[in-house]
Amino acid sequence: MEKQTLIEMFRIMVRIREFESEAIELAKRNETRAAVHTYIGQEAIAAGVCAHMSNQDLITSTHRGHGHCIAKGADLERMFGELLGRDGGYCKGKGGSMHIADLSTGNLGANGIVGGGIPLAVGAALSLKISKSKNYVVSFFGDGATNQGSFHESLNLASIWALPVIFICENNEYAISTNVSKSINIENISERATAYGILGKSVDGNNVVSVYDDMQMAVEHVQSGKGPVLLEMKTYRIKGHYFGDNQNYRTREEVDLWKQKDPINTCETKLQNDYGLSSEIISKIKKEETKKVLDASTRAKLMSEPEIDDLTEDLYDLSFHNIKWISLQK
Amino acid sequence: MREAINEALHIAFNSDENIFMIGEDIATYGGQLRCSYGLVERFGPERVRDTPISEMAIVGAGVGAAIAGKRPIVELSYIDFLGSCFDQVLNQAAKIRYMYGGYVNVPLVIRTQCGAGLGNAAQHSQSLEAILAHIPGIRVVIPSNAYDAKGLLLHAIRDNNPVVFIEHKALYKKKCHVPEDPYEIDYTSDIKRKGDDVTIITYSAMVDRSLQAAEQLNSEFGIDAEVIDVRVLEPLDLQPLIGSAQKTGRVVIVHEACKKGGFGGELAAQIQEHVFDRLKGPILRVAAPDVPVPFADNLERQYVPDISKIIEAVTEVMNFHRSEV
Ligand SMILES: Cc1ncc(C[n+]2csc(CCOP(=O)(O)OP(=O)(O)O)c2C)c(N)n1
Ligand SMILES: [Mg+2]
Repeated sequence: MEKQTLIEMFRIMVRIREFESEAIELAKRNETRAAVHTYIGQEAIAAGVCAHMSNQDLITSTHRGHGHCIAKGADLERMFGELLGRDGGYCKGKGGSMHIADLSTGNLGANGIVGGGIPLAVGAALSLKISKSKNYVVSFFGDGATNQGSFHESLNLASIWALPVIFICENNEYAISTNVSKSINIENISERATAYGILGKSVDGNNVVSVYDDMQMAVEHVQSGKGPVLLEMKTYRIKGHYFGDNQNYRTREEVDLWKQKDPINTCETKLQNDYGLSSEIISKIKKEETKKVLDASTRAKLMSEPEIDDLTEDLYDLSFHNIKWISLQK
Repeated sequence: MREAINEALHIAFNSDENIFMIGEDIATYGGQLRCSYGLVERFGPERVRDTPISEMAIVGAGVGAAIAGKRPIVELSYIDFLGSCFDQVLNQAAKIRYMYGGYVNVPLVIRTQCGAGLGNAAQHSQSLEAILAHIPGIRVVIPSNAYDAKGLLLHAIRDNNPVVFIEHKALYKKKCHVPEDPYEIDYTSDIKRKGDDVTIITYSAMVDRSLQAAEQLNSEFGIDAEVIDVRVLEPLDLQPLIGSAQKTGRVVIVHEACKKGGFGGELAAQIQEHVFDRLKGPILRVAAPDVPVPFADNLERQYVPDISKIIEAVTEVMNFHRSEV
């Protein structure tokens, strides 16, 4: 792994953590009404996966989507603007925390419906395939989403059409209060790939290097036309399901155990031990990212609320596509 | 209202062994709706079952258990997730009894949450009752307060047909006196306020707003409004609505769902079929605009019908004059 690549992924991970910490602060201070589902503890996955992707490579995201959005290169100010329901937000305040889309970075959108984005990713991959593009699609979703029919139907469809889509299941052990052991009767979610005749693999999702490497393998696989891949990223949701969750379904000890496998600390240690990065540089990166995030949050607060008349805007596009019909006779 | 629903569930579980409940996070967590707390501790995990996030299978299993003789209660955490299980509602639950010649009953209750106002945005805030009420074979119950919720829920649980029981999320914290003992409320409309000048027909979270509007109409304009809480869309208890419309000759319908294709259209149509010659003006509807629910606070407040819009509609019918023909 190139030193610079690892540093860049580290930076993204820190950025996500800082963003989420600030989002929690906003929720605490009642500045956002959004249900904030934070990505804290899972940062290595978005960072390691998206490090391979260009803006022409597409993602579909989830209710826990801030990390994906940032790793794809989103503008933090516009993200905060959306959380605050401001007109300068990514969706002009119409969507909120759970519904950010940013086509300019290839983010087809977060989704409030569990499993809702998976078929969309298949369709996006179909579109790329029909266009003979070399680009591919990544669909992020949780362990819980793999119990939706949409997951199973999508894997099958992507398989029979050999579509360039990488399914990234972030197994963070929980779907709200339900531990994965109570909702899924197999050891590894990646085994579900077998049923659909596609490649599946389980990965240490808290180690950004493993995520990066296995993603590389998956990209080569889909780009060589061998069809979709299912990567199960084993990780843990450090914070509650959303800000305000009482978390009566798990113990502090369990959370503490996972905190020892914190993806950012793990990466930091690696940078210091294997790449000789000084602690000064590391804390400089952290400071820069914290500042970036806090500045963006401050600026977003200056954005104005949407105009009331905007309520009924944006439902339909009244223009029609320009197609010149060609007679069958000619 | 949350406590009332919880109490009704406890009474139901205590009264009939065949009653059980399935849904996401309903056991130890107490439900995403926080209505099922205490049940698993008291009645055990056999009857209070957490499920994976598999709405199609959850609702379908409810239908299946019902036709096989149990009385399941299914919790669908948001009515928006009808999208993920609609086939089981539309083509299975609703059709089975009729299609099989009346030999098979589906005694199923689907409890779910609707409504905007809490910043939950487009996919967690809808009011979809009209879609359900359009499908023959499904009961649609939509209470406006804790007292009704308890009585209607117990009634729905004894119903031998599939019932979708819709709880508005903004009402969960609303309190009123609820007797501890079991009681039922029949599928009836409820006249909440007597009045002679105009009839306001409404349900769910809009009942309170309509009552507040009625008070303001009375004190500021001297207009005496009758307010009726429909509370059940199927079977619809039409008689009180017709009676009131006959008396006042003016009708305003208020609901939170968007106007187009909303249940208000059905109510208006049915009422005018019966009292057309008594109407002194058009039946008006106060409803949300025909857009999804926005996230931003100010937009969402504009979206949900408020007291001033109700008053505006009422004064409009009050001031209506037929043009000379
Ligand atoms: C179809 C649907 N069912 C239920 C929900 C409610 N819900 C929101 S998040 C969530 C848990 C999702 O778990 P998982 O897929 O593991 O993602 P995680 O929250 O762990 O990131 C549930 C049940 C929903 N949004 N959509
Ligand atoms: Mg999960």
